Amino acid sequence: MARRYTSKLTYDDVTPEHLFLNRRQIMAGAGGLLGAGLIGGAEPARAQGALEPNSWEEITTYNNYYEFGTGKSDPADNAHTLTTSPWAVEIDGLVDNPGTYSMEDILSEVEIEERIYRFRCVEAWSMVVPWNGFELADLLNRVGVQDGARYVAFETALRPDEMPGVRVPVLDWPYREGLRLDEAMHPLTMMATGIYGRDIPNQNGAPMRLVVPWKYGFKSIKSIVRITLTEDEPPTSWNMANASEYGFYSNVNPNVPHRRWSQDSEREIGGGLFARRQPTLMFNGYEEEVASLYEGMDLNANF
Amino acid sequence: MTVTSTINKAVRRVPGWVLYIVGAAYAGWLFFLGLTGGLGVEPIEALEHAYGDVALKLIIAGLAVTPLRQWVGINLISWRRALGVTAFFFVLAHFLVWAVLDVQRLSAIWADILERPYVTIGMAGFLTLIPLAVTSNNWSVRKLGPIRWRKLHKLVYPAAVLGALHYVWLVKGLQFEPLIYLAITILLLATRFWPQRRRATA
Repeated sequence: MARRYTSKLTYDDVTPEHLFLNRRQIMAGAGGLLGAGLIGGAEPARAQGALEPNSWEEITTYNNYYEFGTGKSDPADNAHTLTTSPWAVEIDGLVDNPGTYSMEDILSEVEIEERIYRFRCVEAWSMVVPWNGFELADLLNRVGVQDGARYVAFETALRPDEMPGVRVPVLDWPYREGLRLDEAMHPLTMMATGIYGRDIPNQNGAPMRLVVPWKYGFKSIKSIVRITLTEDEPPTSWNMANASEYGFYSNVNPNVPHRRWSQDSEREIGGGLFARRQPTLMFNGYEEEVASLYEGMDLNANF
Repeated sequence: MTVTSTINKAVRRVPGWVLYIVGAAYAGWLFFLGLTGGLGVEPIEALEHAYGDVALKLIIAGLAVTPLRQWVGINLISWRRALGVTAFFFVLAHFLVWAVLDVQRLSAIWADILERPYVTIGMAGFLTLIPLAVTSNNWSVRKLGPIRWRKLHKLVYPAAVLGALHYVWLVKGLQFEPLIYLAITILLLATRFWPQRRRATA
């Protein structure tokens, strides 16, 4: 691990969940008394520059996971049908050790750590999520990436019996995503297996999902069953559905507007009916860490 | 015959203004739910969608009045004005939630209207409905004369199509629900162009 990402945030920065939930209730109560305009008053944490994680409820009930329906609460309602154990991931393509790896096998060779990341959806909402997981680079190094590989392709499970949403051709199933190899190997890029120290819920992509915090959420593919190292840029689902709106790179970029959602501001989930929009940060706030990946690239063309 | 006449009798007993009260109460209830967490963790989007959804349903209900009378024999004509005006208020509420709570800044509202086609057509539909809402009273019918008034109110046809297209366009991917709304809207409009036929009751 040449340059592991070291979070500036520690577990001390995570509000313990029971306190956090408690505080929310107190805030809601105070807001009711003092007028709704004050609900957005959760400023102290932000003022200190720390990320305040969203609540478990917010993170697990507001999801895009179209395999379980297109509504935001559909995944939480429907994803319980997904069988996540046993689970295996096929790793193939330009790797030294292709094969089918069980979850147990994958987890036995990695170190699970907590990363508190901003999560930004292309629909212009955002959350802060305390993920548990491991660096994707650890897994890729273990299987041995061959010299010719330049991209990593991912696939989500496709199980019509367990995923009611795939009976409708909203997208060309299975869901596919991909990264350039250097993006995939970046220390920020992780495979998440948990949230708040608990197993990751099905609606959030159990048992293992990608997290690429400087990109729009749809790049962070859920419930991965296949990882393929390729020489060519792999096809990706939203790009296949609508290439003019969903580019391959999809970096969070306030200067490149999307056809449907202006990207210069975002709404933080959990602020209630009168939440103020917040300005969107370049690369979702990870500019320092990832800007070098795109040096010399026209991000308007490679959006 | 018995079913339709039962329905017609029941409809006659309920005046149209009841719909205003029900509509206002429902809109207020949705807002209250949004305030108190009943619409989930992202109430702005949920409220915006809920108002838009009701508006589209009411517009479609208004469009269904004439075909229902001509083809099925159900007479909802006494409710039609209330359906239309209530629909307009839900469109207005939908617009206000979008502009005030969602987009928030005047410059961004403008930019969205100009740059994002689904917003542009939604806005066009809203503007189209304003003269209809303003003239939905007996005084305006007298003032304009029934022929001109009826001609003006055919603007609801393009408004309905714009509303349905707005919905199709705003969702991500190929989703069925908005397409169903669009199909029903087009079907209801198409009946206007089918050869007129009195309903075939005995």
